[in-house]
Amino acid sequence: MSGMTFAEKILARKAGKTKVVPGQIVFIYPDHLLTHDNTSAIIGKISKDLEIYGLYNRDLPVIVLDHVIPASSDKTAKGHHSVRKFVQKYGIRNFFDIGRGICHQVVLEEGLALPGQVVVGSDSHTCSYGAVGCFSTGIDRTEAAALLLTGKTWFKVPISIKISLKNRLPATVSAKDFILKLISDIGADGADYKSVEFHGALEALSISDRITIANMGIEMGAKTAVFPVDEVTEEFFRHLNIDKNSYDPIWADEDAVYERCLTYDLSEIVPMVSKPHAVDKGVPVSDVLDLHVDQCFLGTCTNGRVEDFRNAATLLTGKTVHPDTRLLILPASRQVLSEIIHDGTLTALVEAGGVLLPPGCGPCLGAHQGVLAPGERCLSTANRNFKGRMGCPDAEIYLASPETVAASAIYGKITDPRTV
Amino acid sequence: MTIWFYGNQDGINTDMLFPGKYTYTCATADEIKPHLLEDLDPNFAQSVQKDDLIFAGKNFGCGSSREQPVLGLKSVGIQAVIAKSFARIFYRAAINQGLLLIESPEAVDAYSPGKPVSIDFINGRITVGEDTFGFPTLPEEVTAIREAGGLLEYTRKFLDSRLKNT
Repeated sequence: MSGMTFAEKILARKAGKTKVVPGQIVFIYPDHLLTHDNTSAIIGKISKDLEIYGLYNRDLPVIVLDHVIPASSDKTAKGHHSVRKFVQKYGIRNFFDIGRGICHQVVLEEGLALPGQVVVGSDSHTCSYGAVGCFSTGIDRTEAAALLLTGKTWFKVPISIKISLKNRLPATVSAKDFILKLISDIGADGADYKSVEFHGALEALSISDRITIANMGIEMGAKTAVFPVDEVTEEFFRHLNIDKNSYDPIWADEDAVYERCLTYDLSEIVPMVSKPHAVDKGVPVSDVLDLHVDQCFLGTCTNGRVEDFRNAATLLTGKTVHPDTRLLILPASRQVLSEIIHDGTLTALVEAGGVLLPPGCGPCLGAHQGVLAPGERCLSTANRNFKGRMGCPDAEIYLASPETVAASAIYGKITDPRTV
Repeated sequence: MTIWFYGNQDGINTDMLFPGKYTYTCATADEIKPHLLEDLDPNFAQSVQKDDLIFAGKNFGCGSSREQPVLGLKSVGIQAVIAKSFARIFYRAAINQGLLLIESPEAVDAYSPGKPVSIDFINGRITVGEDTFGFPTLPEEVTAIREAGGLLEYTRKFLDSRLKNT
């Protein structure tokens, strides 16, 4: 009998089975359910049901207000207000009000996604927690509503793809460049319904790098994108005062069966840029050099961590943002913001001309802050460049690493960060 | 019945089906409808009618987990979306709302304007012009959700039966 993949093992354990096979349906009680500003719409679906049946468990939900913060209209303000009332009424402990950060960063910083756990969230980038060996995936609002009532949901056991990494990324090339390359190679549906496992030379990839990679799993369709738990992971949790005896990691068997196995030599990765309007339209930065950019956007749940800003500041210190462009700075959390304030990174970025936004989703979803005008072009560290994503269907979004965005902000045009 | 054909387009994403900028201000069917497919086909929202069909390419519904696209298509009465493939969260959301999705690359390729289309849901068959193709039906455990009329109805049935038994 062959071994099991990560996804098979974790779903088997959670379903109380010794073996599961791809395609099998299992019923699971997830460890946490993440919802954000959409909590308002979710509880709106089940307001009567909550009265009749009650909340399944007040420690299941993790609620983070992050998408449109501070509220931009009476409508979004009312939404936030209803979430706060719900939290109070049901005594929900894991609630994080505006300013704490982007939900995925907050879940990780608060230790609410642990190795060997299953976490679902009504946000497609919930797959980020694969960075710490957690099986995590996005669901819709209705499913989140049902989970609040029953605590239970179903999964189809996915087939898996194995990505083996070799060597290290070159200087000024980052995890973002690797994941844009991988998505462009296998396509936006290359991992649809599948679990993607990362193996091999991982020790040089920080947790921040791994979050960037896992976060973008959904951009190749993945159900989950996951890393094994190693010393880097343990060190991350030690910093959070979470002892390794308090989690129970799971990893694939050596003889697990994969649909597909791919190997990447990280030393061969070059800075990548994804062209509009699809994430899998990635090209080496050399193909799009000198393209004018109206807005440079540094941050988000993909690339809004301390390392990202430090790498950007290394390039921007003592320089100024080109007058033909603008630079937006969006830390992924208050913790990140605090750290970059204290170490001087933020000073460098702001003195260079960066505009600081509050920790939240900001311009990424086009609802407010940094909306683009028709004909404008943005170079962004976010995870999506869909048409209309930043509020205007006639604008263009290019995706790149923090290094490439910082370098491009200096010249007002797409620039190879290795040449700065 | 109108057939909305986008079969030559792969990766029709949730932003094209329902722009993200409206995600936190539109939740009801009436609020969603005017923006349905806004950045894909500006004629859709005003002309769509009950029992219409949509044809699309690969990875339909990729991107965000927002469910307005599914809620919107269900509430305007779309009979089914026939695509070469669907993105996972969209597929799941469709089950949860009772919206029928048919994964059949052959049917999408076989369609051309004017060809009649009929669907046999029970046996998992779609006929386009002269050709009939099978499509994968849902596993039994999941069919129950759709048959109940969607996940919330299914959940209420389950919780009611539990209340009765205690």
